[in-house]
Amino acid sequence: MKKLESSLKNMTIVLTTVALVAAALLGYMNEITKEPIALIEKQNLENGIKKVILGEAGDKQINVKTDSIIDGKQIFVVYEVSSTDGKPLGKAIKTSVNGFSPDMTVLTGFAPDGKILGYEVLKHAETPGLGAKANDWFQSGAKGDIIGKNPAKDHLTVIKDGGEIDAITAATITSRAFLRAINLEYEKLFGGKTNGNTGATSAAPAPEPAAPDTAACAAPADSTLVTE
Amino acid sequence: MNKIKILLNGIVKENPTFVLLLGMCPTLGTTTSAINGLGMGLATAFVLICSNVVISLLKKMIPDKVRIPSFIVIIATFVTVLQMLMQAYVPALYASLGLFIPLIVVNCIVLGRAEAFAAKNTPLDSFFDGLGMGLGFTLALTLLGAAREILGSGKVFDITLWNEDYGMLAFVLAPGAFIVLGYLIAIMSKLKK
Repeated sequence: MKKLESSLKNMTIVLTTVALVAAALLGYMNEITKEPIALIEKQNLENGIKKVILGEAGDKQINVKTDSIIDGKQIFVVYEVSSTDGKPLGKAIKTSVNGFSPDMTVLTGFAPDGKILGYEVLKHAETPGLGAKANDWFQSGAKGDIIGKNPAKDHLTVIKDGGEIDAITAATITSRAFLRAINLEYEKLFGGKTNGNTGATSAAPAPEPAAPDTAACAAPADSTLVTE
Repeated sequence: MNKIKILLNGIVKENPTFVLLLGMCPTLGTTTSAINGLGMGLATAFVLICSNVVISLLKKMIPDKVRIPSFIVIIATFVTVLQMLMQAYVPALYASLGLFIPLIVVNCIVLGRAEAFAAKNTPLDSFFDGLGMGLGFTLALTLLGAAREILGSGKVFDITLWNEDYGMLAFVLAPGAFIVLGYLIAIMSKLKK
């Protein structure tokens, strides 16, 4: 068979056919991978919620109620978690901030009194070996441990900014972004100001209004990023 | 040409990374760890084999003047298929490589082999060329990734060799990629003589 000539007719037909076949193949592949992908995403989120609220406990059943809050460009998703007999365990909240690369998604679990129960970086594109350590660095027992701290009482910013958290070595920008996410999430969930986002420096932090103990989820509209 | 020769051609004689110096962007970008290099290499090898075979089969049917757009469509299709498959069945690998998978479309090794080999040879030869080039690329990326990971963070494939604090951070970052690549190319050309 001789090679097809580059006439207008031939070129149009060939290119269209190639594109059509490619599109059909992609449509088919999308159809068969859609379900597993959705399942994996759902599992990841479920495991994430369990991890940040219950610690590592895996098989325990929980009830989750989902709610979204949109505040300007910042989108929060709140998961109210309770045990199967209805006892509230805490709330997990998810939001995205810009780290060293855009779109770092942090899921954080808060106890009803505002203490951080756990966190998980669900999605990020930080530099491997540096910012990518965020998912381990701030865990309990690690160098930048934030577990058990309360953003309204403790100073959740990096030491360089007058806070009390040890930033990831050579990844201060990632650390700042991560802590900003935690502070934003706390503010959204409990209202009031956090020490991290008020801009207050280490010199005698002004007494913050104690976080309301009731985990009222209604987001006060005026609570974001109060800067002095 | 016999098949073994074609296969070895891609791995040693015309290794895409160390000899042809093609596809430098993913080479430098993804090799922060050995496992990332290995994953990226295998992903590229898959696309390379598929696109080589298909292009070789269609070479008579595609008019010369539209061959580049046709090749790109074919390559992009395979890359997207691979991306969806990885997302569905190997989510852990996808999580660490996801960003770089779409880059395979514009990896010049894939288009380069389509132009230089697949468009002139039989499907079977093209398959071996894709396999050889893919393995060569995988080997190069894994070596590069391993060297950078060992020097930069003191571990390789999750085996800790020494404390991370003694690692030389520069090797994990972009400048280290250039330095390691330069030395590896030098070593390879010395060994080949």
